[in-house]
Amino acid sequence: MNTTQFSNTHLSAMRSSRALSARGMRNMRRLPSTFIPTLAMPIFQAIAFSGTFFAITKLPGFPTDRSINWYLPLAVVMGSAFAGVGLGFTTIRDIETGFFDRLRMSPTPRSALILGSLIMTWVRTVIVVTMVVIVGFGFGARLTGGVVGILCLYVASIGLATVSAGWGLGIAYRFRDMRGAAIMQLTLFLVMFLSSAQTPLYVMTGWLHAVARVNPATNVLRLSRQGFLGDVTWNGVWGGLLALVGGSILTLTFAYTGLRGLERD
Amino acid sequence: MTAAAPAIALRQTAAMSKRSILALVRQPALVVPSIIFPLFFAALGTSSFGRATGLPGFPKVDSFLDFSLAGTIVQGVLFGSVQSGSALATDIENGFFFRLLASPTSRLGILVGRLMGAAAYGAAQTAFFTVLLIPFGLHVKGGVAGAVVMLVSGGLTAIAVAGFMAAMALRTGSSEAVQGIFPLVFIALFFSSAFFPRQTMSGAYRHIANANPISYLIEGLRDLCITGFTASACAKALLVPIGIMVVSFSLALRSLAKRVAAQ
Repeated sequence: MNTTQFSNTHLSAMRSSRALSARGMRNMRRLPSTFIPTLAMPIFQAIAFSGTFFAITKLPGFPTDRSINWYLPLAVVMGSAFAGVGLGFTTIRDIETGFFDRLRMSPTPRSALILGSLIMTWVRTVIVVTMVVIVGFGFGARLTGGVVGILCLYVASIGLATVSAGWGLGIAYRFRDMRGAAIMQLTLFLVMFLSSAQTPLYVMTGWLHAVARVNPATNVLRLSRQGFLGDVTWNGVWGGLLALVGGSILTLTFAYTGLRGLERD
Repeated sequence: MTAAAPAIALRQTAAMSKRSILALVRQPALVVPSIIFPLFFAALGTSSFGRATGLPGFPKVDSFLDFSLAGTIVQGVLFGSVQSGSALATDIENGFFFRLLASPTSRLGILVGRLMGAAAYGAAQTAFFTVLLIPFGLHVKGGVAGAVVMLVSGGLTAIAVAGFMAAMALRTGSSEAVQGIFPLVFIALFFSSAFFPRQTMSGAYRHIANANPISYLIEGLRDLCITGFTASACAKALLVPIGIMVVSFSLALRSLAKRVAAQ
């Protein structure tokens, strides 16, 4: 491939990605019922968890005296993760309706099929994070880590949305029907809750402590909570970043190989 | 009407109940989530909040598992009862309901049969959760009598919730609309004392939990488990679902009458 061909392919991929993400945005505007739950669930979760488990902050050594500061980042990253797997649902619907076959028959670069959807997911995630954080502040959340802290929350959310989008796409390309949707949601749900989602590691007892300690989601949650539990520290950041980069590489590879398999069949 | 009419109606209702129970047995995929998720949350809560039992406002309990049994039961029964309403809506969608109306079947039997199926499943869930958690350290201080009251309460709660779902199913004829109520059920559960005691909550959240009848139902069941077999625990565990049942059954009857009249 010479330089001109290379740049043409890249330009085509960029144009296709932009068109596919624009399609996703239009769908979001035209079918708000598909997006509203993604927004409503984290808001509900932040309010419900911080209200129900309010007393947990009274445990000696708990890192904050505001339960919303502990549960808001959890709700935000879980909402972002579900926004990511939402991409898997959309892809299954496209496969079932035949739209995906038309995309495959078009001269669209294959990488654009993943990249375009990812861009749309990132935009959705930014909307979810911003809205939920605004509501959280209304319910008493306080930022302790400044702008860098809120940046950590955005990085954790967008990163986790990427990981879960890769996972959702990989499953969608392999299952190709709604059976895959249950697997996407269930695995995500388990991974998120078998971590420091509800309480810090030191509060846990028994089997959960052992599982949560090695679960990468614990590192991602630590990263997301940096701005809400005191000062931002490198110790609290690097594990989450590593988990997100590693997770993204693994799940996007899973998605890409799934797409290749779909092409072969 | 002949003297045999009530007996026939009873037989028809029993047949309808049997059908709704068989539908659940034959399609385990429909009921598995209402078994797995409550158990998962019980296991998660026991490990996550085990140390919280020493906090001020927490009742005196041997373990968080004892505390969480009531929440686990009500959670499972609420989720399971949504299926019952959804199944009735499916009957309307696929035309089976109209075939029943065309036959000389008791109209009331169609509704009651469905609710009895939900009650049997609710009681079975209660028994399953209790028996399964005993090897993990669960102690029911109310003993066998307490466990029996819990079982009856589970069945009554299932009828109460399934009544609302049946009303929705009969009104809309859409299983999607019934499933759409699920988030409301979830909200009602969370804004109660299902996962933590009301005494540990504060502000508006506590006021909502105080006003939520599910809080008192759960506390009745919880007292049977962590305190013992007392009159107040039995009253809360039985009278709260009966109260809700009266409201939901009336709504379901009105919806049934409207749907029958519309045919």
